[in-house]
Amino acid sequence: MPDLLIELFSEEIPARMQARAAADLKRLMTDGLVEAGLTYAAAEAFATPRRLTLAVEGLTGESPTRREERKGPRTDAPEKALEGFLRSTGLKREDLEARDDKKGQVWFATIETPGRKADEIVADVLESAIRNFPWPKSMRWGAGSLRWVRPLHHILCILSENGEARIVEMDVDGIRSTDMTTGHRFMHPMRVQVHGFEDYAAKLKRAHVILSAEERAETIWHDATQAAFAQGLEVVEDKGLLAEVAGLVEWPVVLMGEIGETFLDLPPEVLQTSMKEHQKFFSVRDKTGRIVRFVTVANRETEDNGTTILAGNKKVLSARLSDAKFFWENDLRVAKDAAMAPWLTQLGNVTFHAKLGSQAERIDRIAALAREIAPVVGADPDQAETAARIAKADLSSEMVYEFPELQGVMGEYYAKAAGHPDEVAAVAREHYQPLGPSDDVPTAPLSVAVALADKIDTLTGFWAIDEKPTGSKDPYALRRAALGVIRLVLENHLRLPLTPVLEAGATPHPEPEYHGDERFPERLSMEEVLSQKTGSAWAIGRSVLAFLHDRLKVFLRDRGIRHDVIDASLAMPGADDLTLLVKRAEALSAFLTTEDGENLLSGFKRAHNILRQAEEKDGVEYSFGPDPKLAETNEERALFTALDAAEERIAPAMDAEDFAAAMSALAGLRAPIDAFFEAVQVNSDNQMIRRNRLNLLHRISAACLAVADLTRIEGG
Amino acid sequence: MADTSQPKSFQEIILRLQSYWASKGCAIMQPYDMEVGAGTFHPATTLRALGSKPWAAAYVQPSRRPTDGRYGENPNRLQHYYQYQVLIKPSPPDLQELYLGSLEAIGIDMALHDIRFVEDDWESPTLGAWGLGWEVWCDGMEVSQFTYFQQVGGHDCKPVSGELTYGLERLAMYVLGVDHVMDMPFNDPQSPIPLTYGDVFRQTEEEYSRWNFDIADTDVLLRHFEDSEAECHRILAAPEVDPKTGKRIVMAHAAYDQCIKASHVFNLLDARGVISVTERQAYIGRVRALAKACADAFVTTSAAGAAA
Repeated sequence: MPDLLIELFSEEIPARMQARAAADLKRLMTDGLVEAGLTYAAAEAFATPRRLTLAVEGLTGESPTRREERKGPRTDAPEKALEGFLRSTGLKREDLEARDDKKGQVWFATIETPGRKADEIVADVLESAIRNFPWPKSMRWGAGSLRWVRPLHHILCILSENGEARIVEMDVDGIRSTDMTTGHRFMHPMRVQVHGFEDYAAKLKRAHVILSAEERAETIWHDATQAAFAQGLEVVEDKGLLAEVAGLVEWPVVLMGEIGETFLDLPPEVLQTSMKEHQKFFSVRDKTGRIVRFVTVANRETEDNGTTILAGNKKVLSARLSDAKFFWENDLRVAKDAAMAPWLTQLGNVTFHAKLGSQAERIDRIAALAREIAPVVGADPDQAETAARIAKADLSSEMVYEFPELQGVMGEYYAKAAGHPDEVAAVAREHYQPLGPSDDVPTAPLSVAVALADKIDTLTGFWAIDEKPTGSKDPYALRRAALGVIRLVLENHLRLPLTPVLEAGATPHPEPEYHGDERFPERLSMEEVLSQKTGSAWAIGRSVLAFLHDRLKVFLRDRGIRHDVIDASLAMPGADDLTLLVKRAEALSAFLTTEDGENLLSGFKRAHNILRQAEEKDGVEYSFGPDPKLAETNEERALFTALDAAEERIAPAMDAEDFAAAMSALAGLRAPIDAFFEAVQVNSDNQMIRRNRLNLLHRISAACLAVADLTRIEGG
Repeated sequence: MADTSQPKSFQEIILRLQSYWASKGCAIMQPYDMEVGAGTFHPATTLRALGSKPWAAAYVQPSRRPTDGRYGENPNRLQHYYQYQVLIKPSPPDLQELYLGSLEAIGIDMALHDIRFVEDDWESPTLGAWGLGWEVWCDGMEVSQFTYFQQVGGHDCKPVSGELTYGLERLAMYVLGVDHVMDMPFNDPQSPIPLTYGDVFRQTEEEYSRWNFDIADTDVLLRHFEDSEAECHRILAAPEVDPKTGKRIVMAHAAYDQCIKASHVFNLLDARGVISVTERQAYIGRVRALAKACADAFVTTSAAGAAA
């Protein structure tokens, strides 16, 4: 059985696309070959900056002949029908066979599709793969219309069998297939004939091309760590950078160089960011964590063992770092001599959002809000305000203009330089956190206060101007801000009722323009309408809280808590206190997984349903206390006793927010309720007894509903 | 036969690039006589990349980036610098090799240096243009931009142009082994009057840095922006047939000059720090609208290969 080798040789493929492209080539080819009736034993794909390669082992030489039988018209059908059948099958009348069928004699045709040679199939499938390749971005070049990630130059496509190789003939927009590859761009710029995968990989290696990206990455990492180790240093690990660099070279040569003495005072984050972003250098640190060397990876060996290349790289780095140093020194001057005041003034000229004012106005709002939140999280209000006022000052700094990803990090350095205490300075960095679902949440009270104020200002602000996230569109990262609020509250175990904070956050924002009801679709209760709370800050706060609840559901679902459990907890008072809410939901979730919980739920539902039906039918509410004296059966009396006992335990447990205890008290009701339903017919003919029993059901329902809104729980 | 000796000065590198690309058949053009941010703005690139007519041009373009001013103190940042620009339509299949040949022509020995093509998709939001390509690194330094234009002014490029942009100062400093741009020999150091880059440009870098950052009158600039924008639209709104000559004269280039002006004024305003993040987008959008309108007009001209 033949082996297939394909190489698509192009101009340099972006590093970040190579791995995916190799996998796509493998998928498109093997799927296509199999669909066309071929089988194969194994397939492996590779990528270098200039080539995508696929090796398929043990391909079948041809696809099997396929036979298909088709039923035609009856033999006594009009001539027209038979002609149509012959046309559609491509057969002649004598090829047909008349056979008896249920409805009489019918024409049958046997269509035979002969198998195709692997060569033909490979050519077809490869051409289609090339034309439909899923590059994230592709381009045209010259006067042609073919699309590829960069201009495609050569197609190597051979089938080899028993030591002999043959070219699979094909032509894609003028590119004819060959059995030739090309070596390293500079070290071996020649065309090389190959006759199989082993031969290809070996010849490429001699032509200074390492085919496998893993092998290139391993070589780089090994050589870099060795070079660092030899000098008692350590390479800062960066897997993303390693993969990228491995995609930039076909023949990696690791070179380590010194960072000029004058730059060693720069913050390590600046050195690392500048070297990585601009130069794709690895950072090398000493035992104390100071970054003192860099590692660059060249794509070739040279006669002077990389001396020229290293010198060049050092020079470039010096130029880059003198830029960074220039920014750093200018910034420090502003921080030290003017306490960052010019930056804050400057932020007055920078628009945060056309409808939400300047960055300076935004900072004023955050500072005011941070003051309000401070006492709840254990921070000093004055300090919180100060920290909030300087937390974003670095947005005007030169360093952050150059490296936006250093916002906050620089702010902390500059705030310290301006003489602020460490905990105030740290707010500059920490108030942006958490940046993502796995980012750390700040715990220092000052940072928590400002981080919350920042996010709440953002949420209420964009709500006020009607820029809520819709579907996949969330240009202002409001979902992330909401998740930030949730995690800040939960992970710090904050007891922070959000309603007043959200209202305070919403108050300084512009009055929303109402468009009927659609902006705030949540239905208002009569109580809410009657209360005077109809101002826009209140409405925004309410809507943002609903959004936070939505995000909380997603957050808790990932932790295995069902949405209906959350709904049952949300419906209870104090739902704007997320810590309390989650405590209740977790207890309920745990309770419902127990047998007692499950059975109690069905008991509750039964009681609730009977009660509701009766109330609907009778048009009255049975919430009048039932009288134990009217109990007729032991089961009824036992239920009264059990309810007395449970209620006695539930009330203090609820006061102590000990939901687990409250639910375990409810669990004690399970047996009496089951026994009650077993023995007692609620709808007695005696109206007084019936009413009393319905009132008893109400007591069951009320006891349960005091803990969580079990009506929202599915099943039971 | 290429000169294999090392060049001695900034101007020699420019001269070698000129003769190299001339030998490869490019029309050697002169800089455009307006303030632009990059060589791409030259109509020989922006407009000529449009339409079906083949084109091959190379030229030096003085470029201004007000925000990059460093008062002549930074070793390699300048608010005024030179770009070398090559545009060939359709892009030839050996454009990478032609490009590498140009590096050899200015004395870069491929056997000793590490040349890399690093992904860099080019996009000019102000020109409504984009292309795919690379920044070319020599020993870790970006020495050129290499782009296959896909769209300009919102129009698909058919055929595709290959564009090369060399940052001349940086490249020359590298080739000449100079650490500070101001120390770079501008002419042959053996000349009777040897001049460095600093002799020629230190004074202007200081002056313009100050003007760009602190003195330029933002009210005047804002007005200039509005004026250029209005003039551009007015030019394009003129009837195609010139009543005086009776000829069809679409004034794409004249309008495009106004687009260039608006773009440069925007850069100046940016350097003065008076444009906020959100306003930025709006300004860029306005310049793009001008570029697009000019492109729309240019493709209807015979210079673009449109049927007369």
